Amino acid sequence: MKILVPVKRVADYNVKVRVKSDGSGIELNNVKMSMNPFDEIAIEEAMRLKEAGHASEVIALSCGPSQCQETLRTAMAIGADRSILVESDVELQPLAIAKLIQAIAIKEQPQLIILGKQAIDGDCNQTGQMLAALLGWPQATFASKVIVEAGKAIVTREVDGGLETLALTLPAIITTDLRLNEPRYVTLPNIMKAKKKPLETFNPDGLGIDVSPRLKTLKVSEPAKRSAGIKVPDVATLIAKLRDEAKVI
Amino acid sequence: MTALVIAEHDNTTLKGSTLNTISAALQCGGEVHVLVAGSNCDEVVQATAKIAGVTRVLLADAPHFADGLAENIAEQVVALATSYSHVLAPATSYGKNSLPRVAARLDVGQISEITKVISPDTFDRPIYAGNAIATVQSIDPIKVITVRTTGFEAATNGGNAVIDRITAVADSGKTTFISREVAKLDRPELTAAKIIVSGGRGMGSADNFKILEPLADKLGAAMGASRAAVDAGFVPNDWQVGQTGKIVAPQLYIAIGISGAIQHLAGMKDSKIIVAINKDEEAPIFSVADYGLVGDLFEVVPQLIAALG
Repeated sequence: MKILVPVKRVADYNVKVRVKSDGSGIELNNVKMSMNPFDEIAIEEAMRLKEAGHASEVIALSCGPSQCQETLRTAMAIGADRSILVESDVELQPLAIAKLIQAIAIKEQPQLIILGKQAIDGDCNQTGQMLAALLGWPQATFASKVIVEAGKAIVTREVDGGLETLALTLPAIITTDLRLNEPRYVTLPNIMKAKKKPLETFNPDGLGIDVSPRLKTLKVSEPAKRSAGIKVPDVATLIAKLRDEAKVI
Repeated sequence: MTALVIAEHDNTTLKGSTLNTISAALQCGGEVHVLVAGSNCDEVVQATAKIAGVTRVLLADAPHFADGLAENIAEQVVALATSYSHVLAPATSYGKNSLPRVAARLDVGQISEITKVISPDTFDRPIYAGNAIATVQSIDPIKVITVRTTGFEAATNGGNAVIDRITAVADSGKTTFISREVAKLDRPELTAAKIIVSGGRGMGSADNFKILEPLADKLGAAMGASRAAVDAGFVPNDWQVGQTGKIVAPQLYIAIGISGAIQHLAGMKDSKIIVAINKDEEAPIFSVADYGLVGDLFEVVPQLIAALG
């Protein structure tokens, strides 16, 4: 079976982002961009399933500007066999991305689509679930363990207060949580190999998908700053402050 | 204009997250109805009908709603949604799982994790791990929203809603529930606790984490941890406070041996009072703490326990 893994290019998780002074968005000029960490986990999981003999091919997919090619090369350096870029310079929101992935899924007929549970820029946590609904497929979000057997995916999910295990009839959607796996390091030979792997490009119009945004961002602002309080010299002072000043114990 | 809230529950108890979501729904300006989709969940329905501001409780009772499977819950919501201006669910693992399915089936965008209702179509939501707040306006006819529970007060009792039993949608049949492992807690739940005692990498080991237990017991506190402590295997993942874990806002948050990475601060900076105990006086956690104590946690924690009597 084929596994399709959508990946997103986002500001690197180590970057401390700044709000633009005119409040129109986040300053992304000269900011290091990387693959969304949850998507890296998704690619790694797809590779492990392939290496275990459950998949014949892993296809990476990205939707966004032409620079997403770099992200796709990273996915292929981790091990994806080939890539697809749906190129668009307009802001793509989760519903639009889900529709683009759906269009590619109809062409490619994967049995499994593995996505990150959320992207660390918009923090929406929507695309996987929306895609599952559009395709009419079952879903398991926030996966911490995946087993594929006999036409089913048995997925353990991280839910509030514990874990939950579901059996999904394939084809299905899985979204990854942090503890699913630890992605491998990309080696130089694999980076070189990735440069030669096929990368196909589409655009939303060609796929017949309307990607107009449904949410208008009116402004982006800094969160309310919390100012530093005081240092207390010892435990007795701390307890006194908590009792008498803050009145929280 | 009427809002539909999706109740989170376990067929016996209505989860507190629903109460915060109802408050957000009331701020959207119209009537508030609540959908309880479950199996043998009469107690939940009775509790929901008593919440102030709720005028109607819709009960969809069927065995295939027992485990909250997203495929089934979402279809039930879709069957009702076109009569509503807003559909809201808590931004917990329950709500996050099913609501985007609803939005996609209705062909509308979703507004995730709102922290403020500015007007019936405009909301604030944190982006980039809480490092920025976006004010967004939805142009869709139905606003599908998940609610960050710490952004809204819990709705209180005092209502007397009509209870309507509605026809349940069919089982999707594509997902089977196998099992659930609920971590047994003899302490308050992290997201509902008034006081949280949280440990970080500075705790050093899983065994050392145990020194926080008597402190949590004395304070009636929940226990939490930073991602560093979870990644190091000191404590289970569901203890994690931060952007990739739980978002909390207790009355008192005591951070012990936690340096204060951005991703941790994003999960706890709305706490009323923050106490930091760390031996590194340069630790970023001190920049958000109301009271900081520079010292070795292995000396300070026992002193704290003793002083609390």
